[in-house]
Amino acid sequence: MEPRPRSFYVLGAFFALFMLFLYGPTITIAILSFQGPEGGLTFPLRGLSLTWFRELFMEQAVGDIWGSFGRSLVLGLMVMVTTVVVSVMAGLAFRRHFPGSTVLFYLVVGSLVIPSILVSMGIGLLFDRTGIGNHWARTAFGAQLTWTLPFGILIMFAVFNRFNPAYEEAARDQGASTWQVFAHVVLPLIAPALVGVALFGFTLSYDEIARTILVSGSRNTLPLEIWGMTTNVTSPVLYALGTLTTLFSLSLVGLVILTVTAIQRRRARAGSDAGKGLV
Amino acid sequence: MRRDHLNSWLLATPLTIILTVFLILPILLIVAVSFWTADEFSFRPDFQFGNYEYLLGSAVAWKVFGLTMLMTGIVWALTLVIGFTVAYFLAFHVRTLKWQMVLFLLTTIPFWTSNIIRMISWIPLLGKNGLVNQTLIGAGLIDQPIEWLLYSSFSVCLAFVHLYTLFMVVPIFNTMMRIDKSLIEAARDAGANGFQILTNVILPLTKPGIMIGSIFVVALVMSDFVTTRFMSGSQLANVGRLISNDVGLLQYPSAAATSVILLITVLLIIGAMLRIVDIRKEL
Repeated sequence: MEPRPRSFYVLGAFFALFMLFLYGPTITIAILSFQGPEGGLTFPLRGLSLTWFRELFMEQAVGDIWGSFGRSLVLGLMVMVTTVVVSVMAGLAFRRHFPGSTVLFYLVVGSLVIPSILVSMGIGLLFDRTGIGNHWARTAFGAQLTWTLPFGILIMFAVFNRFNPAYEEAARDQGASTWQVFAHVVLPLIAPALVGVALFGFTLSYDEIARTILVSGSRNTLPLEIWGMTTNVTSPVLYALGTLTTLFSLSLVGLVILTVTAIQRRRARAGSDAGKGLV
Repeated sequence: MRRDHLNSWLLATPLTIILTVFLILPILLIVAVSFWTADEFSFRPDFQFGNYEYLLGSAVAWKVFGLTMLMTGIVWALTLVIGFTVAYFLAFHVRTLKWQMVLFLLTTIPFWTSNIIRMISWIPLLGKNGLVNQTLIGAGLIDQPIEWLLYSSFSVCLAFVHLYTLFMVVPIFNTMMRIDKSLIEAARDAGANGFQILTNVILPLTKPGIMIGSIFVVALVMSDFVTTRFMSGSQLANVGRLISNDVGLLQYPSAAATSVILLITVLLIIGAMLRIVDIRKEL
């Protein structure tokens, strides 16, 4: 191989600094969440302890953390399932041009770029004025879908842009019905992308504030609870909570990476027998 | 042919219903409410232009819109330069696909964690007794802690760059990876040096990715109110906070009028960007 140019080392150093910038703050609060009982929000560490983590599990310590975590978890799963199903259906629909498809596509892009506060305020007002009322499982659910669905659908566009229709044609030639073609050919092929869509759906919902803030009704989701805590909690308990919820998100990402690699390995092993012998 | 259409419509129905109920109707309601009348305690249906007249005649509102545009411009420029550099390094200087993917994943992972926690994470670094001030004082570079590191326009800008550079890296890296490597070899054979290849070959071919990243960053920063409120300690104003403050005071008609102006501004800017790039083709 030819020797690396000097620009490689300059850019490499830039990249390393960028990584420090990205991860430095998170690592800092992870360290400070082990602050001793006397310690504060900044360095130095006054001893090491699990005080602040323990405080999270004590009753009525700070707000309704576990209640809001439970709601965020359920809401995240609801948004995740809906995002996957609706995105796949819309992705299939968009494979062909149909009357209204351009308008619908721009609506999806619009949903992504429309200021969050408008979505939140508009839904809040609409459900308030019509007497239906705001509730996290209804209005916050809808508000978050306006944020997760565009991501899901754009991913489906990327998937179907690269999708080889020959597989479907082959299945159809063998007599498979439309549903069989979808269930046995299309779905397994797009499965890794769907795992990605699911991750988008869950985590974007789990961390959402801007669109949820005016429509969660009388009970908070976890990010809103944390948002409220920032104005009145001034102990490292905030860092402990931050560390735990970050670990939770990271383990989800890890799980998804493992799943997708496993699917790909399995495919590489069992997928094709091309060139392996004569029939 | 018509059966195909019916199929497509059926498949698109759930999406259409969700976007109608949770996007179109709420936005239409906001447009309607922007013409309503409000007094101190309540607001009622009406059709008058008072909210717009008040808003467009307010020097404060103009200044806040100006500040929001300025912040958007600065954050856009910073995220573009940093994002482009990172993507360029990953796509053209890292040599194996495996390492490209590992480093790319590393840049994207923070995206999956909570934004509010990532903002809180700056407190122990930038605060008055934070690590940066402690270090600078310890090194004898300053006597007094620097006050403007946290709860200032600086920290708001820093947090934006921290949260949103990723939205530049991903689409730019994606377009760079699709550039035919033989084009670069051809340029080199024709005598171009590294810098000329960058400006004459890579940069023009990366334009779609840059545009998609820019759309994300502009849309997110223009309409933000969470980051600005937290990172400025409620000291800095922007359009989003103007709206959310009005909502807090139950001044919905005024909030709605500001929202409509914000929406028009954002859609005009994004619309101009969409003319340069065809998103559907670039995915």
